[in-house]
Amino acid sequence: MSDPAAVENPLVKGLERLPVHPTVLVIFGATGDLAKRKLLPALYNLAHEGALPERFHLIGVSRRDKAHEEFAAVADTAIREFSRREPDDKVLAALLAEVKYVAGTFDDATVYAALKAELDAFDVAAGQPLNRAFYLSTAPEFFPVIVEQLGNAGLTEAAGEAEVRVIIEKPFGTTLDEAIDLNQRVLAVLDETQVFRIDHYLGKETVQNMLAFRFANSMFEPLFNRNYIDNVQITAAEDIGIGTRAGYYDNAGALRDLVQNHMLQLLTLLCMEPPVDFSADEVRSEKVKVLHSIRPPHRDEVFRAQYGPGTHAGDDVVGYLQEDGVPAGSHTETFAAMRLHVDNWRWAGVPFYLRTGKSLARKVTEIAVTFKPVPHLAFGEEGSVGVKPNQLILTMQPNEGVSLSLGAKIPGNRMRIRPVNMEFLYGTAFMSQSPEAYERLIMDAMRGDATLFTRNDEVEAQWRICDPVVRRWEDEAEPLVQYPAGSQGPPEASALLLGDDQWRAI
Amino acid sequence: MPIVPATHDGLWRERDTSPSAIEAAIRRLLTEAHAENESYVPARVMNLVTIVDQQWSGEIANRLRRVGRHHPSRTVVCAVEPRRTTLDAVCTVAGPAETKPGDFAVLRETVIVTCGPQHLPHLDTIVDPLVVTDLPTMVWSPHGHPEAVDALRHLCQIALLDSVDEPDSGDALRRAHELCEELYVVDLAWLRSAPWRERIAATFDPATVRGDLRLLSSVEVRHHPDSAAAALLLVGWLASRLGWTVSPLVQRGGPAGRRVGTAHARRQDVKITLDADATMTVPGLAGVALASASGRSLRFDRGSGGLRASYSRTVRGGTDVAREWTILGASRGEAGILGEGIRQALLRDPTYGPALDAALTLAG
Repeated sequence: MSDPAAVENPLVKGLERLPVHPTVLVIFGATGDLAKRKLLPALYNLAHEGALPERFHLIGVSRRDKAHEEFAAVADTAIREFSRREPDDKVLAALLAEVKYVAGTFDDATVYAALKAELDAFDVAAGQPLNRAFYLSTAPEFFPVIVEQLGNAGLTEAAGEAEVRVIIEKPFGTTLDEAIDLNQRVLAVLDETQVFRIDHYLGKETVQNMLAFRFANSMFEPLFNRNYIDNVQITAAEDIGIGTRAGYYDNAGALRDLVQNHMLQLLTLLCMEPPVDFSADEVRSEKVKVLHSIRPPHRDEVFRAQYGPGTHAGDDVVGYLQEDGVPAGSHTETFAAMRLHVDNWRWAGVPFYLRTGKSLARKVTEIAVTFKPVPHLAFGEEGSVGVKPNQLILTMQPNEGVSLSLGAKIPGNRMRIRPVNMEFLYGTAFMSQSPEAYERLIMDAMRGDATLFTRNDEVEAQWRICDPVVRRWEDEAEPLVQYPAGSQGPPEASALLLGDDQWRAI
Repeated sequence: MPIVPATHDGLWRERDTSPSAIEAAIRRLLTEAHAENESYVPARVMNLVTIVDQQWSGEIANRLRRVGRHHPSRTVVCAVEPRRTTLDAVCTVAGPAETKPGDFAVLRETVIVTCGPQHLPHLDTIVDPLVVTDLPTMVWSPHGHPEAVDALRHLCQIALLDSVDEPDSGDALRRAHELCEELYVVDLAWLRSAPWRERIAATFDPATVRGDLRLLSSVEVRHHPDSAAAALLLVGWLASRLGWTVSPLVQRGGPAGRRVGTAHARRQDVKITLDADATMTVPGLAGVALASASGRSLRFDRGSGGLRASYSRTVRGGTDVAREWTILGASRGEAGILGEGIRQALLRDPTYGPALDAALTLAG
């Protein structure tokens, strides 16, 4: 028998945190909003929990001129402001003790030479080549520029056992052509296994729980098909407007902001076949099959609108066109809805309704699966609301959980039925705080596990569904339907629904 | 999750009561809470049954309060009072300060039953009606009372213990081993060694150094004088994972001194040294040093902001490489360890049992 130590690490079994190769994380856009609010606090929390690799270094790259110590001070302030836990001064000081900063524009080759010098110095100090993870937290137009410059500087080639990985924030293109072009430019420099396209929704515990719900429970899977399911609604509603994000949002709109990525991801997780195993490529291949089964929606299967003035929490709020920074007469949608069909044996004929919007009545993200009604109703409905089809609600936020509506007898002498809910709330069953999505995703990227990241063909398949809609909407000049801020959304969206289907109340 | 002040605090108390009356009271308190505010929902994570001496029950209550987010959903405290022959009980159902419309708020249930030593051999007949059926149930008896734990064995699936609580580490490990036959044991002494185990595993994870695991020639562990059990478990873990044959260590310098011995690996012997560190103020480990026959040595010591790691490689003629660095991580503190113990009740660690077996042999 061969010595186990020669082939695998026998010390790993049973450990909750698997080893991660020593790593240097380089954040491009290190002084930006995302870095301050999410990435740096996530790194601190990982450090606090002892989850970072045993050797970990951080390098910030940004346009603003700063000394290493100044960047450390920026990071310190951001972590203290945005961390989900009170920082431990000693851990924070240790995390930031050797932080480096490289200033310059992202197309400047000297920036990469300086970066290489810092990276090499860390390797020398460690006595081994460290993994390099480049996090692109910049405006999207810099993604290909940075990747190409990394390639030109020889920073994408691994030394020895070390790996080089590039984490790319969303949006991955704003049209299909852009996504294809970006993929080509990125993959001209990197191997697909080195690329980690972030969709932070996939890092949320409740989204991952969809896989557990579907594939760890035998009772629902036999019902998850066209024979038992009448329709599916996926809702991602926000109760606030665009705030200070007019610059980004007016170029994106609701379809690009949420439907093309997050909502289609939810749909794939709901519809995918059981993967052979939960390795990155098996899971992603099953998701891509679902996306390939969806044809782009026709003109009458999509709807968009914009919020007008209204009321939120008792206060008057302005409409989208009155928000700071929004161009007069903007045609950007703040509400998008569509009816999709997954044309495969499991789902053919089941309508999937997707809707998302800003400034709606409530913040909620949920999937509502409505089952077909019973074939024959033996009970009279007089004197009650009657029997309703069963609904399975998977709530992502705010009350993460699963709810199943059932018909139950109303107490009394007569056989009268009304729907009741069987509720499962994650918060009552685990009582633990879920890690921030970015904490999970940063660790997975450093570990090289791409399961929760979007593959190149997945991104393009998502765009193939949404791109025709984007192009049609760009060509349409008429004013958008307005819905009052704080409302349930535009009633006109009901035109997408088939038969007696109704939108669930937000 | 920040700890918020409880505003809803349903309370029931009764002297000379019975388990059925207590159980009815909890149900009523839950119903009343929900009637007052439908956002209140009962948590259903796990039951924790803890047996404590009445005079120290406040200290245990404080420890449980400090565990933060990893708390059980129903806590049943059996406070043992000498010479008591009847049962008194206090039940509380507490919810958080504020609830938003449409949101939910989780309720925590606590039952304190004051009982006498005579109740302990049949404690299951008191506790059984008080735990939520179908939830995992963990028993924790920090002040001894093994007869009470034995009475609850068929009711519980998990035993929480801290092997460093016992004055004799061998006795502690034997008790853990005995409980392992029927229950899943969560040993806080084992959890104290977790960061050290993770770091050792990470150090030897790169394929280029993994081969050194076969060449380990010495292991030194420094520990709090009361935490020999944690040190024995750490060495037991290495021995069980690496296939070493172990034999009892020899004690030198009294119970708080040094233990030394040798394990047999496939290629060479491994010198084992456990040193009590009287300067250490908290339970657990103070440092670990590993050396290999290839001349590499590695130390981890508690330091500011994490563990201080040092590595050196000795070649003929002297040391050719020496490095130091910090492995980031905050101390979990005793409250964090207890919280982790409660969380671990819902998980299963397959490496504890073999490590415990080896630790028992090492303890002699």
